[in-house]
Amino acid sequence: MTKSSAPSGAPINVPQLLARNVARFPNKAAYREKEFGIWQSWTWAQAAEEIEAIAMGLLALGLNKGDYVALIGRNRPAFYWSMVAIQKCGAVPVPLYQDAVAEEMAYVLEHCGARFVIVGDQEQVDKVLEVQETVHGIDEVIYLDKRGMRKYDHTHMNALDDVAAEGRAGHYRFEAILKEREAELDYDSTCVMLYTSGTTGKPKGVVLSNRNIIETSKNSADFDHLKADDEVLAYLPMAWVGDFIFSIGQAMWTGFCVNCPESAETMMTDMREIGPSYFFAPPRVFETQLTNVMIRMEDAGALKRNMFKRYMDVARRVGPAILDGKPVSFGDRLAYALGNIFVYGPLKNTLGFSRVRVGYTAGEAIGPEIFDFYRSLGINLKQLYGQTEASVFITQQPDGQVRSDTVGVPSPGVEIKIADNGEVFYRSPGVFVEYYKNADSTADTKDAEGWVATGDAGFFEDGSGHLRIIDRAKDVGKMADGSMFAPKFVENKLKFYPNILEAVVFGNNRDRCVAFINIDLTAVGNWAERNNIAYSSYQELSQHPKVLEMIREHVEEANASVAQDPMLGGCQIHRFLVLHKELDADDGELTRTRKVRRRIIEEKFDDLITALYDNKDSIYTETEVTYEDGRKGKIKATLDLRDAKVQPVARAMAAE
Amino acid sequence: MLDDTESYVTADGRTIGGVVLDLKSITLRFGGVEAIKNISFDIREGEIRAIIGPNGAGKSSMLNVISGFYVPQEGEVWFRGERRPQMKPYEVAQQGIARTFQNIALFEGMSVLDNVMTGRLNKMKTGLWSQALWKGKAEREENENREAVEKIIDFLEIQSIRKTPVGRLPYGLKKRVELARALAAEPTILLLDEPMAGMNVEEKEDMCRFILDVNDEFGTTIALIEHDMGVVMDLSDRVVVMDYGRKIGDGTPDEVRNNQDVIDAYLGVSHD
Repeated sequence: MTKSSAPSGAPINVPQLLARNVARFPNKAAYREKEFGIWQSWTWAQAAEEIEAIAMGLLALGLNKGDYVALIGRNRPAFYWSMVAIQKCGAVPVPLYQDAVAEEMAYVLEHCGARFVIVGDQEQVDKVLEVQETVHGIDEVIYLDKRGMRKYDHTHMNALDDVAAEGRAGHYRFEAILKEREAELDYDSTCVMLYTSGTTGKPKGVVLSNRNIIETSKNSADFDHLKADDEVLAYLPMAWVGDFIFSIGQAMWTGFCVNCPESAETMMTDMREIGPSYFFAPPRVFETQLTNVMIRMEDAGALKRNMFKRYMDVARRVGPAILDGKPVSFGDRLAYALGNIFVYGPLKNTLGFSRVRVGYTAGEAIGPEIFDFYRSLGINLKQLYGQTEASVFITQQPDGQVRSDTVGVPSPGVEIKIADNGEVFYRSPGVFVEYYKNADSTADTKDAEGWVATGDAGFFEDGSGHLRIIDRAKDVGKMADGSMFAPKFVENKLKFYPNILEAVVFGNNRDRCVAFINIDLTAVGNWAERNNIAYSSYQELSQHPKVLEMIREHVEEANASVAQDPMLGGCQIHRFLVLHKELDADDGELTRTRKVRRRIIEEKFDDLITALYDNKDSIYTETEVTYEDGRKGKIKATLDLRDAKVQPVARAMAAE
Repeated sequence: MLDDTESYVTADGRTIGGVVLDLKSITLRFGGVEAIKNISFDIREGEIRAIIGPNGAGKSSMLNVISGFYVPQEGEVWFRGERRPQMKPYEVAQQGIARTFQNIALFEGMSVLDNVMTGRLNKMKTGLWSQALWKGKAEREENENREAVEKIIDFLEIQSIRKTPVGRLPYGLKKRVELARALAAEPTILLLDEPMAGMNVEEKEDMCRFILDVNDEFGTTIALIEHDMGVVMDLSDRVVVMDYGRKIGDGTPDEVRNNQDVIDAYLGVSHD
């Protein structure tokens, strides 16, 4: 693999980028956080001062070169500063998912051998203390929020403020050693270690170097013309590679401002106040927003409802074309301009999208209706395809070539090849160094030439050169009759119905497909309210005959659409059931990034799958659930199993 | 038995001070009905003191005596070592005693923020005119009060409903807003009338945590009425038990739990 090295004089690590930003934009806002109802902001110069104080405080606590420091908490400037401070000290930041239960945290903390842990508040301190009963390498715990912490044993515990204060006090003492540690950082030293949530097995620690992060940030910032006056909202988990690239990599590279919401619940309000110009969200966020908009419009007065309907029709017809700069008639342009004044403008403002110049969605496929809705409003929403191992970017959609069914062209600097079995491989400057303490997995994933297996099956579309992803390569199988089985393809079609939150399709090596469905409580609950259907629990609503009937219609519509595909037409759903509980990461059924863990669900609900294939009409089942605090309970239910009509599969058109 | 002025340290490391509020032989009548019959008990600085009892035992009346809403026919209320003269509720509030109500008493049409701001009324010194013109001192004063209120909003984690009209909130959150308003007055003694009534388990757990945090962070003395025995026993340092207007028990949760009169009152016993 050819290693491009940084041009001489260019920054070769994140602390150097910080220094460059301080020199370039000392008085420009670098971080904002809403606290006590007011947006507090810090300039690059102030942020650098904070970072240095934290770094020196960490040295005072005895942080060594090469140590691992775990960070657990919601997005806050102090965490981002801490990460850079850790890097300055020659140590490695390891952000973790804050909603992980103690057991999951224990594995990661043990595996990376974290000596220091920086957490948000008392709740997480308690989790770490619980973990410390089994994991013994943790020497110091540092917390951000002092509330409720007075009574704890502080022998090896500090508030971050106090750590920084000590760093300031010891400035002259630590100046030299901090400089020395920084000088030792080079382009290939570790920038961050991120644990992948993994749809199978234990999480793996992906080691990313400064080279990975800086090259990727540079390329992707150029691709979308990101500038220093852009604004982002940092609300996605800090343990996720995307947040690291956006809120640290690209922010440091371009010097744009990172805004942190007040709390997870206020995110929508905060977004409206900030009006980010560069925005990233998984499809679920867009789905939820659209569902909320639709529900509120149904409750709105007749005038508003009619205006919304009329102008959304216009937007759907011509919006995407206008956004892509294609020719549109004067009359349509005029209608769209009026719609913008009356509907789209106010709606975008309410959603916080008024200033979005570049928006991305990734992680899962997004429904074409959802995608088109946002694009038709004039929001430049695009798709990208990425992985932690690639420092996010593998492919992305250039402006003007945006479609809902592809993931775009290779990102700058990325090479892609498709293996004979359809699996996608890539090679790029962003390719990870290794899986920490796991040479076997590293060798399995990355070959000697630097090609990385994505585990996804896909193909390049003729003509456009866009990549299309079908499914996880290991999930793609064969039906009993030899036709191709790609569960995700069908599940995505189902999930595009607002009433369906999640779907899991089974059928590998079987003669026909069956499915589990999760209803979306917001959408179905609202529907129930409007139709005077009373229910007392999620479980009761999920088994209501009218709900089942509605889901059956959705399944049959999805079948009709699946039948159009000559290759995958065999994956139509013959029978289905609506699950009595929402699939949950706490129960291990989803990953922390909310991807379905097929194997686990298959094992856990084996009785339900068997019943579906045995043509039973109903089945009694008991399921273990884990509550947020880690306690376990059981829910019992009798589920109705339903049949769905299937369509004849369309024949492939023979080329003439 | 402790002396009135002695302080002690609890098992979880909080310091409980001397008696701050002493109720001596209180009797309260409504016409011919005796709601409270000759009850005496005290509240110590920094403690969480629970008043429990079956329905109609006179618990809320007792709280209303403390808050100055009812004037007892007999008996004395001593506050910080001095006998308290007959007072209007607002005068009691000025002494640093704030309360929440059993049936939520918030301004439904106003936002959460405005409701909590009303709790600062005692702290506002500028007059009607300067507040209406909102210049100079009044503006400064509002900013200071807003800051104090925002800290409470942050403390009780109700940032996301800051601008929401109270009428649109679910019950559990309204209770929390009421607590926020009481806290806004920066009370030294906080009276909570059934803070957890009608809540589900999760809301109760949240509320318990907030009550403990308030006591711990601000050192606020808390007197609360509660039905949920589990909550009371976990939360409070000392418990007063009332039945038919009489005091039938007083002591630590363990003492009260083993008191035969209390068991009878709760489980029922034939009255012949």
